[in-house]
Amino acid sequence: MDVFVWLPLVISAIAALAARPLADRLPPRTATWLLAASAVVLAGASCGVLGLLALAAAMRIPFVDAAAGMSIRAVNSRDPASVPLGILAGALLAAAAIAAVRAAWLRTTALVAAHQHSRRLPMASLLTSAAEAVVVQDDGVDAYTVPGWPSRIVVTSGMLAALAPDERAVLLAHERAHAGSYHYLFTAVARLAAAANPLLSPLATAIGYSVERWADERAAAAAGSRPLVARAIAKAALAATVAPALRAQSAVLLGALPRPSTARGPGLVPRRVAALLGPPPKLRIVPLVLAVALVAIAGLSAFDAARDLHAMIELAQSAA
Amino acid sequence: MRDHDDQAPGIPRRAAGELEAAALAVLQASGSALTPGEVLDRLGGGLAYTTVVTILSRLHAKGVLTRLRSGRAYSYAPVADEPGLAARRMRGVLDAEADRETVLARFVSELSPEDEHLLRRVLADPDSGS
Repeated sequence: MDVFVWLPLVISAIAALAARPLADRLPPRTATWLLAASAVVLAGASCGVLGLLALAAAMRIPFVDAAAGMSIRAVNSRDPASVPLGILAGALLAAAAIAAVRAAWLRTTALVAAHQHSRRLPMASLLTSAAEAVVVQDDGVDAYTVPGWPSRIVVTSGMLAALAPDERAVLLAHERAHAGSYHYLFTAVARLAAAANPLLSPLATAIGYSVERWADERAAAAAGSRPLVARAIAKAALAATVAPALRAQSAVLLGALPRPSTARGPGLVPRRVAALLGPPPKLRIVPLVLAVALVAIAGLSAFDAARDLHAMIELAQSAA
Repeated sequence: MRDHDDQAPGIPRRAAGELEAAALAVLQASGSALTPGEVLDRLGGGLAYTTVVTILSRLHAKGVLTRLRSGRAYSYAPVADEPGLAARRMRGVLDAEADRETVLARFVSELSPEDEHLLRRVLADPDSGS
């Protein structure tokens, strides 16, 4: 194992910096697929190399060598990996595993709870096609999709009141795009990857954005007008500021939850609106190819490091 | 809708939850709206009248009950909106997970004051976007 064992971690850091620019520049569907696949590969590769480093360090322990039938002299003469580093790597890997399992558990229980409750919501179609959308009496302005099989779309009466008929159609098209395209899988996978490798959290955030953009563009295709979708989003967001959804209401009134700040520039909604008012996103081959190449390199480095370690083990075993 | 839980005097949280459920059950079982006195009669068990009043007004603040003036007191009835209740319960469960934003895909997220300003400008003049 050589210096390339660090590549997956370095490339994860690069990916963290590139995530948002990629989500802004590539078409939403492409960006979502690219970021999600990258997150999976990078999380796997970085956990993999951490494991390899830990394993390499373990091999310097005489007890382990004896148990595996390896010659410790052969190991020491070839492997430059240090024991403290290996211990650190092992600790990080354990932390990553725990975080990932915990995240998966929390997410699953939240999903199951949401699904059980949403099954009690009556199925009502707002439009003629099967919508699985439900209207709830609530002056607060809110609309969301509960993931599941089947997904449920929930819209408050306050939201409907705030929008014109064509804007309501946009809202439903957007939510149906979420429900139909399993967008939730992308965000869930990305968050899991980010739990296993915190360097990847910007990818999870970027996917949250690109998934919304994806639904926006689908709604725009259905409505035939991108500015209309932009207006609908802006109107809904402004109405929600005046009449927030239940949780936001009580939390903000109690002062527990400050309104989001723009420390990092405009939030999701203005970016979505701006993107819809601008030209449609075009597929840019160069950034896409670069990103795929980097992620492939990360994966290959991890694979290569594993092969190196395997070869060293075999060598040590044959020398014993 | 303001959540009064932290401001109600004297009732420990867990006991209050059970009492609320019991009061709601009484109201759902009865065919008509009930005053606090009537609810107290049906609940029994040595509760104080003021306790019942507190519980009912808390449930009303949560949007679970509606109320009408009935003489000098109010009478309370469960909100007829089953989907609303179910949706509220669901949001309550998800809020407890503190992960609601990532489980549900909301049409619009909360706006900062600057974002609000930006959006109003955009709505007023669509060409000024970005």
